[in-house]
Amino acid sequence: MPSDAPRSGRYSVFAIAREALRQHSGWKRAWASPEPRGRYKVIVIGAGGHGLATAYYLGRNFGITDVAVLEKGWLGGGNTGRNTTIIRSNYLQDPSAALYEKARSLYETLSQELNYNIMFSPRGLIMLAQTEHEVRGYRRTVHANNLQGVATEWIEPARVKELVPIINLDGPRYPVLGGLYQARGGTARHDAVAWGYARACSDMGMHIIQNCEVIGIETECGQVRAVNTSKGRIGCEKLAIVVAGHSSQLAEMAGFRLPIESVALQALVSEPIKPCMDVVVMANTVHGYMSQSDKGEMVIGGGTDGFNNFTQRGSWHHVEETVRALIETFPMISRLKMLRQWGGIVDMTGDRSPILSATPVGGIFVNCGWGTGGFKAIPGSGWAMAELIAKGTPGPLAAEFGLNRFREGRFIDESVAAGVAH
Amino acid sequence: MLILTCPYCGVQAEETELHPGGEAHLKRVGPDGSDEDFEAYLFARKNPKGVHFERWRHAYGCGKWFLAARCTASLQVFGTYKAQNPYPPAEIVDAIRAHRPDWQPDWTVQHAQAESPAE
Ligand SMILES: Cc1cc2nc3c(=O)[nH]c(=O)nc-3n(C[C@H](O)[C@H](O)[C@H](O)COP(=O)(O)OP(=O)(O)OC[C@H]3O[C@@H](n4cnc5c(N)ncnc54)[C@H](O)[C@@H]3O)c2cc1C
Ligand SMILES: [Zn+2]
Repeated sequence: MPSDAPRSGRYSVFAIAREALRQHSGWKRAWASPEPRGRYKVIVIGAGGHGLATAYYLGRNFGITDVAVLEKGWLGGGNTGRNTTIIRSNYLQDPSAALYEKARSLYETLSQELNYNIMFSPRGLIMLAQTEHEVRGYRRTVHANNLQGVATEWIEPARVKELVPIINLDGPRYPVLGGLYQARGGTARHDAVAWGYARACSDMGMHIIQNCEVIGIETECGQVRAVNTSKGRIGCEKLAIVVAGHSSQLAEMAGFRLPIESVALQALVSEPIKPCMDVVVMANTVHGYMSQSDKGEMVIGGGTDGFNNFTQRGSWHHVEETVRALIETFPMISRLKMLRQWGGIVDMTGDRSPILSATPVGGIFVNCGWGTGGFKAIPGSGWAMAELIAKGTPGPLAAEFGLNRFREGRFIDESVAAGVAH
Repeated sequence: MLILTCPYCGVQAEETELHPGGEAHLKRVGPDGSDEDFEAYLFARKNPKGVHFERWRHAYGCGKWFLAARCTASLQVFGTYKAQNPYPPAEIVDAIRAHRPDWQPDWTVQHAQAESPAE
């Protein structure tokens, strides 16, 4: 594929030294911003993490680089740039554990692979058990994970306290009874994940076209032909819809419906403080979770709103509930000032598992339903989605996540394991 | 803060008093329904970015289920009505039209008359 993309050059310690000597005048743009061509082999709608990773693995694993990624806003401006960056793979069901662990393991070496520092920090992650029910649930998950080859363990309260000195074990209402611990879970820099993939795609000659909203999908005899966009009509052989909260809107353009509802999920960060907690802690019973960013801010998330919403603005009382619960668990944060609060529109399925699937329209594939927890899945999802698009049929990672599971009653029920947003 | 007026007890209830119940006017599929119909009834949702008809329960009030017409893109509320209505009543349609002249109902008037409740 001929490329009109200026290569961004390799990032290294030598590049930094070289640029330091010439007032940083030699850095090139990380990705090109071309005008769209009339036609591509594959069009991916949505330049979030999942769309960009899909494009990247199409090129890397299948040599397909005649690809455009169309984004209505700026790349990474959707949920990918709005999430609390928790990465874990301690899911209950086998298909989920396989997919999320694939993603987590790809994250381990993603900085090297992309030559872009995504700041993966496997600092460890604890899901607190605060009711007897949760104790049983997480013990079961640990057993399942051990069979699946996902390294997790059950830890007692004393070990929780050792890992998280600022925690209050005694409740009063929900004492900490132990935890599900994944030592190689953690966080990564969300923007960097999007930017790193975008740069790698651009370097392969793919087109990333921002400010390009898809407003219609053209089909002929049940087969996709083109998309209509704010930058005109663009033809394609295959089309991937990877737009999170707007999946229903794109599906409607193509003439089918999805088992998806869009709701707001919020997060907030505090003023930066000195390092006080070097693991990620999730408290699902009381609906809150927290980690400390590299800048020192406490990053806090909670539950979703219960009603359909596209405003990227959630309800105040959810923030209040989350903070109230976390103050019980971490009394020292009660005096912290919160600096920023924001929302994203997440795409919820009934079984809280994603959809990677062919659709009723030939050549159209969807990747959605990641809901409150898809950041952690980006590399694995892109990997599986690229295979689905390239071959037309899903590989082992995506096989169980098809749309037909709803008709056939083969749910991948993660609503217990993932009862809270993350 | 979302505020909806309960059409039963007339209370202006704010969000924390209410429990959301998802898309309204879903038609239950009978024993002779096809697999497609049953799947659509259970799972497929309109999830519109715009006018949405939805179920709410006045959970910490009278406890009854009612229906609301609301815009999911602006959070504007067009009105609420009793759950016995198989289709949104004329006042609600007019209220929506007043703000969204281009909006089209996706049911027909014949339907609405044939199934209107005998009050
Ligand atoms: C507050 C919050 C906290 C979260 N915390 C976590 C967490 O800790 N860990 C975790 O794993 N996950 C978390 N998530 C979930 C995670 O953010 C998402 O699952 C993931 O980012 C989804 O990525 P995506 O690429 O599918 O979607 P997005 O990043 O939303 O990308 C979709 C893109 O499609 C574009 N688009 C939409 N319509 C069109 C159109 N018509 N034409 C062109 N482009 C279009 C959008 O502009 C957007 O950029 C959180 C989410 C939120 C909101
Ligand atoms: Zn009432």
